[in-house]
Amino acid sequence: MLTQYGFILILSAFAFIVPASAVVMGWLLGPKRPDAIKTSTYESGVETIGDTWVQFRAQYYLIGLIFLIFDVEVIFLFPIALAYSQLSLFAVISAITFVLILLLGLLLEWRKGALEWN
Amino acid sequence: MEQWSESLFNLLGGLGLPQEVSTIIALAVGALVLASVAPVLALVLIWITRKVISRMQDRIGPNRIGPFGLLQTVADALKLLSKEDIRPANADFLSYALAPILSVFGVILTVAVVAIAPGWIGADLNIGVLYLVALGSIGIMAALMAGWSSNNKYALLAGFRVVAQLLSYEIPMVLAMLGPVLWVGSMRLGLITEAQSLNIFGFNLGLGWFVILMPGMALIYLISALAESEQTPFDLLEAESELIAGFHIEYSGMKFAMFFLAQFLNTFFLGAIGVMLFFGGWQGPFVDQLPILGVFYFLIKAFAFYVLVMWIKGTFPRVRVDQMMSFAWKVLVPLVLSLILWQMLAMKLFGPVWLQYVAVLAGNVIAIGIVVNVLTSHFKQEQVRTKRAFGPKSLIGTMQPYAGD
Amino acid sequence: MIEQLNQLIEQLLIQTAPTVPSIQQVVFVMLAIPAAVAALMVVLARNLFHSALALVGTLFAVAGIYALLEAEFLAVSQILVYVGAISTLITFAIMLTRGMMYGATSPLNRQAGTAIMIMGLLFAVLSGLVASMPWPENLVALETFSWGIFSNRITGEAIIASLGQKFLTTYLVPFELMAVLLLVALAGAILLARDRQ
Repeated sequence: MLTQYGFILILSAFAFIVPASAVVMGWLLGPKRPDAIKTSTYESGVETIGDTWVQFRAQYYLIGLIFLIFDVEVIFLFPIALAYSQLSLFAVISAITFVLILLLGLLLEWRKGALEWN
Repeated sequence: MEQWSESLFNLLGGLGLPQEVSTIIALAVGALVLASVAPVLALVLIWITRKVISRMQDRIGPNRIGPFGLLQTVADALKLLSKEDIRPANADFLSYALAPILSVFGVILTVAVVAIAPGWIGADLNIGVLYLVALGSIGIMAALMAGWSSNNKYALLAGFRVVAQLLSYEIPMVLAMLGPVLWVGSMRLGLITEAQSLNIFGFNLGLGWFVILMPGMALIYLISALAESEQTPFDLLEAESELIAGFHIEYSGMKFAMFFLAQFLNTFFLGAIGVMLFFGGWQGPFVDQLPILGVFYFLIKAFAFYVLVMWIKGTFPRVRVDQMMSFAWKVLVPLVLSLILWQMLAMKLFGPVWLQYVAVLAGNVIAIGIVVNVLTSHFKQEQVRTKRAFGPKSLIGTMQPYAGD
Repeated sequence: MIEQLNQLIEQLLIQTAPTVPSIQQVVFVMLAIPAAVAALMVVLARNLFHSALALVGTLFAVAGIYALLEAEFLAVSQILVYVGAISTLITFAIMLTRGMMYGATSPLNRQAGTAIMIMGLLFAVLSGLVASMPWPENLVALETFSWGIFSNRITGEAIIASLGQKFLTTYLVPFELMAVLLLVALAGAILLARDRQ
């Protein structure tokens, strides 16, 4: 098992080097003539007005939170799927209850309008 | 250890090198081969994209440079290499430089678990399927880094939207991948591919694909993969008219190219994974007798999937961002969870395997049928409502007579 | 006299000769040092976004250490949940907070002295604990364990399968309670949204 992860480690080193070398080559080979207009922020031709910050929209955070909850659920479902053939019917019913509770949560979010995106 | 690393290891051991050094060299050779697949593959993919899209649009596409325009991508890459690397003032240097590299990094690591032929897989990890999902997280961080470090309001906003899209469609994708895992009882991609054989009288027909067993799961996986790789109809973040070309506004030259490289490769690899999970990977007739046929079958299926994605790209319009988010959370997630529940029940309640098979298939078809019905009636109602709202009848009594001068 | 000196030097060299580290030790050092450095950067970085990125780096390195310990499912769930979801939430929170974009926040405040004392104490306690723990001399290979009904599988899969089985048999009540906890978290999230509007 560890040799497999050793392989992944070595592959990740190469996977980093390939794009990094491409970017470095691009930086080396291209002309370097920075001037004020080129390096200013792009705002479809107009000058930037004000600080670069974005209005807080709770929707982004909510989607992240709902994703987190379902991610944790998925993490629990995978070992259950692996052990599935040796599970009793009672265990299966418990697993189904688990999923149903979280489906209930999704329904709750839906009804309360947390899934709306305007 | 896998077959290929075993044989390389024995070869090097025969040369008299100590055990650990020969392991490292064997693995490094394999890793080098796999990592160099990515740029070559990208050339082919970009050529396919341009040819298919141009044929859809009734034109020929690149055909001047190289035979059939095959070297066009090389020319484009050389051009991008020679572009100036414009870095916006006040951009955070490290994240700005690291984001495109991390994008490609996450995608190239996917190659490690792709099974090309029976026994030819980089590393048949025990957690193969989850490993693929974990690599998606790297892409998410890269998008956030790119959006923030560009020091540009629009890039930041686009970065948020990309991440919201990626997060929303990751859940249906992972749960759709849970389908085959549940059926086979293992997360190893090599094992899942092997389980899709159809043995008749001891002869492997290689056609026991999971798409025949659970077409609903395959469809959900296809849709989520389209959204995860930001292809039409979910590519609103690349739309030129919206948000001025997304979170890579401030990138130029090779860094810009890296983002696109990551996107093309991601599309292909998500397709390859779908092929492994649902379409049998390297399985096909006569693959037991001639293992090299497996490579052939796999590549045909993976490229067919890619051409399908390009076909969809040339045909369908984009969805709006709110339609996309509602579709993910209100349609796909409940649907895929119900399919998983049905599959769990069917696998335990019914004894004989063929009965389970029929039950799962029936459940998939019925669920998809219900959802399609509900969605079409919903959209028809919307159409009617919109027509009524804007029909001439509703304006009677609200219009003032024209007061001429 | 010179011979005795030679013998002494030889003995000294044998005793202090550096042993060739095993690959696992090398990889551990390769993972642990970036983890420690990234953890330090989380606390000491001036820019809040850099802190968040350093946190992501730490979590990745820790996941690598889990993989080194052959706890692959733990490693991948660490990346999935921590890096994929929690770090994204933290980054969202940082980016959506006005004034944090360019913030050059100082890592020290008025309570720096007390904090250093308490941290020093904690470090002393933890390092004393680690040093005085009776670490086993010979580690038992995972393959020698018996995995009950999962014995016919590969060890790696048997671990995960028995984990799944334990969720539904031995630890069923905490498992279902956890589902309820997640449901409560979802309900709390709606409260979050309501407040803003």
